[in-house]
Amino acid sequence: MPGNYIPILVFLVLAFAFPVVALSLAALVRPSAQSGERLTPYECGIQPVSDSRGRYTVRFYIIAMLFVIFDVETVFLYPWAVQYKALKVFGLVEMLVFLAILLVGYVWLYKKGALEWV
Amino acid sequence: MDLTILIISLAKIAVVLTVLFTCVAYVVWLERKVAGRIQNRWGPHRTGPFGLLQPAADFLKALFKEDFTPAQVQRPIYFLAPFLAMTLALMSIAVIPFGENVTIAGRTIFFEITDLNIGLLYIFAVTSLGVYGIALAGWSSGSKYSLMGGLRSSAQMISYELGLGFAVVGVLILSGTLSLRGIVNAQSGFWFGIIPKWYIWPQFVGFLVYLTAAFAETNRTPFDLPEAEGELVGGFHTEYSSLKFAMFFTAEYTNMITVACLATLLFFGGWMAPLPWAWVQHVPALVLLGMAALMTRTALRTYRLERRKSYFAVPGLAGIVGLIGLAFLHPVFAAVAAPMFWFASKVFVFLFLYIWVRWSVPRFRYDQLMHLGWKVLLPVAAANILITGLVVAL
Repeated sequence: MPGNYIPILVFLVLAFAFPVVALSLAALVRPSAQSGERLTPYECGIQPVSDSRGRYTVRFYIIAMLFVIFDVETVFLYPWAVQYKALKVFGLVEMLVFLAILLVGYVWLYKKGALEWV
Repeated sequence: MDLTILIISLAKIAVVLTVLFTCVAYVVWLERKVAGRIQNRWGPHRTGPFGLLQPAADFLKALFKEDFTPAQVQRPIYFLAPFLAMTLALMSIAVIPFGENVTIAGRTIFFEITDLNIGLLYIFAVTSLGVYGIALAGWSSGSKYSLMGGLRSSAQMISYELGLGFAVVGVLILSGTLSLRGIVNAQSGFWFGIIPKWYIWPQFVGFLVYLTAAFAETNRTPFDLPEAEGELVGGFHTEYSSLKFAMFFTAEYTNMITVACLATLLFFGGWMAPLPWAWVQHVPALVLLGMAALMTRTALRTYRLERRKSYFAVPGLAGIVGLIGLAFLHPVFAAVAAPMFWFASKVFVFLFLYIWVRWSVPRFRYDQLMHLGWKVLLPVAAANILITGLVVAL
């Protein structure tokens, strides 16, 4: 079975090599005149104001945290789903308990307004 | 022994990469052509007959453009990001099976680069990593538009990844395997001898969730907020130019092809014909010959209007298509190629759907997007898992 992963490794090398080759090729033929005002970040032609890596809304962090929780749940669901036909009613009950816990958390988040964007 | 495996897989990878890049190039062409027609204009038509050389021209343009690096970027990350995006997008194609395995003269030909027993899990793993390319590109560029685009994009992609992940659990319950080939094989056969046993029927809700989430995952309209050009200029790739921009572009279209392939494999029976083989065995030949005839006719008509000699190249192309069509009449060739024909047709339908939706539907607002992902798709997908589980168990 590990042998099946060798082509993926080869593929990874090739997939990475292709843009490297293309970029090196381009370096030989393309012009380069990088200086002065052109090096400023694009802000529609106006002088950039304040730092570009400023603070941003906390909601992005909340979304990221929620994602981690729910994504791990998804990963737990996969092996269960694959073995479901073998587990039969036991699997069903297990899944109901699991989804119930998930649901409690979800309802709590909903009530807390963590899923609201505005 | 190991060396033969290596050589065979190298050959396969070369073929797959060539086909994939050609597909990406011509999906872009198709998109521009369809967009043109939807907006009552021509689309590309100057470079070569019907603009068919446009992808080549675009590539050359990207190659010769100045590769601009603004002063405020975080260099290593800025350079790494397009590589991450493109390499990871390409990686997921490695486990997509695109035809039925056939045995000729005692040798089995496998129509995929490698068959993993966890193929689906591998694809989700690799496509999830793809978000790094975008997030890092946005952050390292040091531009406000890039940062906003990168943030929005990451938040959007991780939100819809949940919907995507939940949507396929129903398919997994029914098929009992994570191998993509296994999932397709589980969909063989017909109900009443006519309705194909594809998972689109029992998993219709799952399919709708998958489709919506796939649009969002690939950052396509109506979910193209990461690069909403009216507000964010170019989004996360504002500060990228020439080939580096082309790499993000390739990554986006490769992802589009991947999710189209996945939709075909999971819900539409992969390479299975939509009707019993015997009924539709001549359809590939008919379709390809019809295409050849149509191409020739259109080329000659356009030549009469425009008088450009390059249109004479099109009947040549049509000849090749026609020859492939004729080859389908041979049973051995048909046995090898017919599954690929059906697979390609289904993927093409999905790609066309993507383009069609992009040029017909307006963009969501960000709060609507989050609302849809967390409050609609996630509960619906969870309910779908529950109902599928109940039906299978009882």
